[in-house]
Amino acid sequence: MAKGIRDKVVVLGMGCSVFGERWEDDSGDLLLEAYRECLADAGIEKKDIEAAWVGNHIDEVSIGKGGCYLANTLHLPFIPVTRVENFCASGTEAFRGACYAVASGAYDIALAAGVEKLKDIGYGGLPDSPIFGQLSRLLSPNATAPGMFAQLATAYAGRHDVPMEKIKEAITHISWKSHQNGTKNPRAHLRREISETQIKDSPFVAYPLGLFDCCGVSDGAAMAIVTTPEVAAKLKPNQDLIKVKALQIAVSSGEEMSYNHWDGSGFMTTRQAARQAYEEAGVNNPREEISMLEVHDCFSITEMVTMEDLQISPPGQAPEDILNGFYDLDGQVPCQPDGGLKCFGHPIGASGLRMIYEIYNQLLRRWPEERLVKNPRLGLTHNLGGVPSQNVCSICILGTN
Amino acid sequence: MIGISSYAGYMPRLRLNRMTIFSAMGWLNPATIMNAAGDKAVANYDEDSITMAVAAGRRCLNGFDPSTIGAVYFATTTAPFKERQNANIVAGALAAGENIRAADFGGSVKSGTTALLAALEFVAAGSGAKAVTCAADCRLGKVSSMQEMVFGDGGAAIMVGTADVIAAYKGSYSISCDFVDHLRGANSKYDRQWEERWIRDLGYERLIPQAIDGICKKYDLQVADFARIIYPCYYGAARKKINQNLGLEPGQVQDNLLMDSGDTGSAHPLLMLASALEDAAPGDKLLLVSYGNGCDALYFEVTEKINNYRDRTRVSDSVRNQAELENYLQYLTWRGMLPIEVGMRGEEDRLTRWSLVWRNRRAILSLEGTRCLECGTQQYPPQRVCVNPDCGAMDRMEPVTLADKGGKITSFTSDMLAAGTNPPAIYGNVDFNGGGRCMMDFTDCTLEDLQVGKPVYFTFRIKYIDTKRDTTFYFWKAVPSEEVPISG
Repeated sequence: MAKGIRDKVVVLGMGCSVFGERWEDDSGDLLLEAYRECLADAGIEKKDIEAAWVGNHIDEVSIGKGGCYLANTLHLPFIPVTRVENFCASGTEAFRGACYAVASGAYDIALAAGVEKLKDIGYGGLPDSPIFGQLSRLLSPNATAPGMFAQLATAYAGRHDVPMEKIKEAITHISWKSHQNGTKNPRAHLRREISETQIKDSPFVAYPLGLFDCCGVSDGAAMAIVTTPEVAAKLKPNQDLIKVKALQIAVSSGEEMSYNHWDGSGFMTTRQAARQAYEEAGVNNPREEISMLEVHDCFSITEMVTMEDLQISPPGQAPEDILNGFYDLDGQVPCQPDGGLKCFGHPIGASGLRMIYEIYNQLLRRWPEERLVKNPRLGLTHNLGGVPSQNVCSICILGTN
Repeated sequence: MIGISSYAGYMPRLRLNRMTIFSAMGWLNPATIMNAAGDKAVANYDEDSITMAVAAGRRCLNGFDPSTIGAVYFATTTAPFKERQNANIVAGALAAGENIRAADFGGSVKSGTTALLAALEFVAAGSGAKAVTCAADCRLGKVSSMQEMVFGDGGAAIMVGTADVIAAYKGSYSISCDFVDHLRGANSKYDRQWEERWIRDLGYERLIPQAIDGICKKYDLQVADFARIIYPCYYGAARKKINQNLGLEPGQVQDNLLMDSGDTGSAHPLLMLASALEDAAPGDKLLLVSYGNGCDALYFEVTEKINNYRDRTRVSDSVRNQAELENYLQYLTWRGMLPIEVGMRGEEDRLTRWSLVWRNRRAILSLEGTRCLECGTQQYPPQRVCVNPDCGAMDRMEPVTLADKGGKITSFTSDMLAAGTNPPAIYGNVDFNGGGRCMMDFTDCTLEDLQVGKPVYFTFRIKYIDTKRDTTFYFWKAVPSEEVPISG
């Protein structure tokens, strides 16, 4: 019986552009920035890349459809290039395509890219587009992403009988922590330290979320080159290798949206993907065994409920853990050591690979001391695309040999 | 016996105090102070003549099986569509089915009674057992006009039939003439009127008595025979004169609701009739007279059945359940009378794909879901594969109308980012009673009215307006309320 791809894929090299409002740069410039770093890190040449995947969500304001944009930008020599789109999991989907390609033996070396150029939208936030199809657009409310995710808070308060003030306190700490970590990161979009009072008092975007509960809308690209352990051992002898321990995706079945069992206070997909990822990676006690997290904090409340869905905090206990500093950079399981979507920024198609980039560099101890997570063994990345009632969740666990 | 089996009035929740208008615009037209007393009912940002007709129609059909309706007539002078049968949208929202006769009546504010006469004659001719007339209007006067002061928004619905008749239809008398006091050309948004003395002296004061006289002669009656005489006329002096000349007792004349709603156009005679029926006793003779390029006079006699007519939403409840619209500019914005900046998010294109709408019309218009014949799970939106993870049966579904089921809130928010003319956008997840759920807009409420677990009822509203193509699209919204005016 199939057991997944644990230890079958090595991350040979990675690159990541500076995230932010890159007014002077096209998607291609961002991709090239990540590519140059990635190629140098992998220690290979363009001709060694046998296949490529590129993740991108809002194609209408960036790279369009198909694989041509990436191939044309880098002038990849007539190799297979595939554009993948799976909401905010698009970057991890690209990574999955490349990982499966080498794990299957079809190729020795594959490239995964993710890119998004959001600052050509013309207004703040993401464009209002029929992401769930035309019928859904007629039946769905006049909603935006913050409004859809904000409902996690009212549902969580209803389920656990927690006062909204307590939730607000916990999610304020989440944003504060991301800003603290973001200040230390030269590639991050938002690098200013801000106080918890500023966060809490920021104007409402969608009740109970304020402006500082929302992640940055950024331009950026990230990239990975993957190979098999055998090829990696030849290309990088006597070096630490970062291996994929688990790679899982779960997609809503429609149960959340049309059946009455889900209570709206968390993610059925994350729970499912986490169970499968821990099994694939051989993790029995995630709270003890996972060293660090890069999760999908599109909104602070998403991070809060995800701590429970990932089984790091027990049900109903995430606010306590958060307020106790459990997820701070010097806490037991640091979450968003790079500033997260909140401060590193969220160029949708790039985000999954940006998270993998952070875990990869943490595991290789490449960051300055002040940014390093202590004694990391396993790092987990998590993307959540769509809305709480219908979404795609991807989880990747990476580890040293 | 043929007559009225059910009735309902609908006034939108919002009231614009006429002094609010005068405070803003009295400087331009000080004479509007003459009409600045009381409130006018105003449609919410997501209401129009169709949604108000549906609101009245659903209250009227409450407790009756809508599939027994043979005809749905919609009367208005403010139809959202010139071509595309408006009555079909109303009938769809009433879940009346498609094997019916549907028609739009318009052209005059007496169209409400003309439609009612057509409904009575439809039943009298044996064309069907029941017919429902839904009338509503949302007329606009120009800023600082007399019309802006006196016109109000509202709807009314009357179901007629042969069974359970609470007021028997006894006869009618009509006058139709090209007497032009108000008019709106085919491309005009605003009402235009001739001199007020002309409207009052030659219009109301002559035509209404003529109609009353005509029906009395035709059926050999005296005005004293009527317990109530119901006619719209927003000129106080003219009403006084008409009543005096006809020798009417004060208690005989139905209040014209001018202080509560204003003149609701095509709906107004029916709205006043609904009010009159609330207080009527068996044996009462009612005379209903409409006015607009002539008159229709209809004569009814209340039956014993009115005593069994269940206690239901009353026009007076609408008067009580209201909220003040304090900002006159908000009213102008909602009626499309101000060039406002909605932001680029609001400029997103809203092409309506009619073939898609046709395929899904029952889910959209009638809020129809499905129920699994294998496991009984009720679900929305309609599914072909059962959503119950322990069932999963394929193509074993029956339709189920959810509009009258009610539901409860499972999550909610209030969104300042969403584009619209009534920020914040308030929406959330709603579980239908009996199963199924929908992420829905909430309306007629504020954030403070929402709570997880709170009951809601459903209301048919404007979902969006595609201004580029002059198209209004409708769907259902949820209203949080402990009191539910509509149930299954």
